Amino acid sequence: MNRGDKLYRIFIYVVLILFALSIIVPVGWVFLASLKENAEFYQNPWSLPAGLYFENFARAWQEAHMGEYFLNSVIVTAVALGILLVVALPAAYVLARYKFGGRRLLRTLFMGGLFINVSYIVVPIFLMLVDAGNLVGTPIFLNNRFVLALVYASTALPFTIYLLSGYFQTLPKEYEEAAYVDGSGYMQTMIRVMIPMARPSVITVILFNFLSFWNEYIIAITLMTQDWAKTLPVGLMNLMKAQNAAAQYGQMYAGLVIVMLPTLILYILVQKKLTQGMNVGGLKD
Amino acid sequence: MTEFMRKHKGRRAFLSVCTIPALILFSVFMLYPTLNIFIISMYKWGGYSQHREFVGLDNFVKLFSDAKFWQSFQNTVLLIVIVTIVTMAMALLTAAVLTREKLRFKGFFRVVFYIPNILSAVVIAAIFSAVYDPSRGLLNTLLSFFTGGSAGQVLWLGDQKVVIYSIAIAMIWQAVGYYMVMYTASMSSVPESMYEAASLEGAGRVRQFFSITIPLIWTNIRTTLTFFIISSINISFLLVRAMTSGGPDGSTEVFLSYMYKQAYTNSSYGYGMAIGVLVFLFSFALSGIINLVTRRDSVDL
Repeated sequence: MNRGDKLYRIFIYVVLILFALSIIVPVGWVFLASLKENAEFYQNPWSLPAGLYFENFARAWQEAHMGEYFLNSVIVTAVALGILLVVALPAAYVLARYKFGGRRLLRTLFMGGLFINVSYIVVPIFLMLVDAGNLVGTPIFLNNRFVLALVYASTALPFTIYLLSGYFQTLPKEYEEAAYVDGSGYMQTMIRVMIPMARPSVITVILFNFLSFWNEYIIAITLMTQDWAKTLPVGLMNLMKAQNAAAQYGQMYAGLVIVMLPTLILYILVQKKLTQGMNVGGLKD
Repeated sequence: MTEFMRKHKGRRAFLSVCTIPALILFSVFMLYPTLNIFIISMYKWGGYSQHREFVGLDNFVKLFSDAKFWQSFQNTVLLIVIVTIVTMAMALLTAAVLTREKLRFKGFFRVVFYIPNILSAVVIAAIFSAVYDPSRGLLNTLLSFFTGGSAGQVLWLGDQKVVIYSIAIAMIWQAVGYYMVMYTASMSSVPESMYEAASLEGAGRVRQFFSITIPLIWTNIRTTLTFFIISSINISFLLVRAMTSGGPDGSTEVFLSYMYKQAYTNSSYGYGMAIGVLVFLFSFALSGIINLVTRRDSVDL
């Protein structure tokens, strides 16, 4: 190896390490900061916490209601994933493997949906739910965890159907034919034979959508106006505002850890799947 | 009823059961709201009142003389240009290095670079607020360590001239890893023999990058570019809303944050949706332009 090559390699390592540090240091710092007492925040931010002040977590969980918000987030994310799979899997399967009138139209619609960003339509969705509430007489569609889950599932449909039907298309035709010969009906074939075969792409879909539902905040902040109905990211927004007013720094960083820890744990467990899954889908919203 | 007809009927029913729920949800929560953006934009409609007055294109006429809207337009375009160029360059270069060079800890780097992509926009906003804090922030204390503590403190989020770049850095930080992983995937499908042939002819790393790697993954770059720009408009909003709320004095206001503000704070839904329509048209036009500009004869493997 000549000198230029050596210098080049050192340069690459330095750049890569700096880049990695720019991610590890701030994220790691949040974990350390979540264990600091409030007084410590007036000192050098680079100093390590004096002790392990877990009190921050207890207070974030109870006083700042992050515990309730956590539960809300779990419910909304789980229900949304459930609805999404029940609705998207059959649609994706049928669109990928059957020829019928209207198939092109449906495909075009869902493909076009890939370009619709939820941030654009959050205001009309809100107004629609207000109108629907007026129609019924009470605003039951706002501050409603099921409705929020329904909105999440619906807005995830285009991406999910796109990804799943891409996978269904790669499966060989013989499996269905064999099932039909055995006397299995359409529905049975789909549920017993084809959907289990799509497992890898289903896992990818669950992972990506878990992350986007868990992290979502602009729809949640718009539709969940009352305190008890808020999800974790919205609760974190509250904490961010409160920290400036009341100097509750430790609590805020504890809340931050509560929001990101589940996603980080999931990521560490399945990071291979997540980064490989992207090759199946190729894009995301 | 013959066997064939019964089977045929069963097929129709099956297809309907499978597609109709998806179609309904999609229509109610995506299609209808999208159409509504265009409809509401032609009304004068404030607050929760039931009073909606049709005003045609008045909202759009008003928009063209709204200095704040133009500021948000400028900020959005600036962010798109900076963030796209820097993110794409960084993602392509790191991806090329990680696929082409024999390095240690490749897996580690890949895992770390992807982390920002799994964090909520609120989390990223909170992290960067901590980094940018003027007196107790990570960045300024680090800088003062290098300059011996005498440096003037940069108001990363408070200085009107600086703040837009601070947002841009957060956006780049957020996006590079995702696109890097995506490009790594497509780059690793470029056959090794092409690089070997190029080496034999004396082409160096830089030459190989521009003459082999980039042309061969060009289709992938094109698709990601379009989606990147659409999602930039979105992410800039998510970060701005959580970090600066458009301030100080509108210097970080972007398209969608201004739309949201008009709709909620100002309670003028019609006006807000007129902004939404323009953003829609803008992003479509931009995608079209990018598609045209980046058109090349595709190179097949």
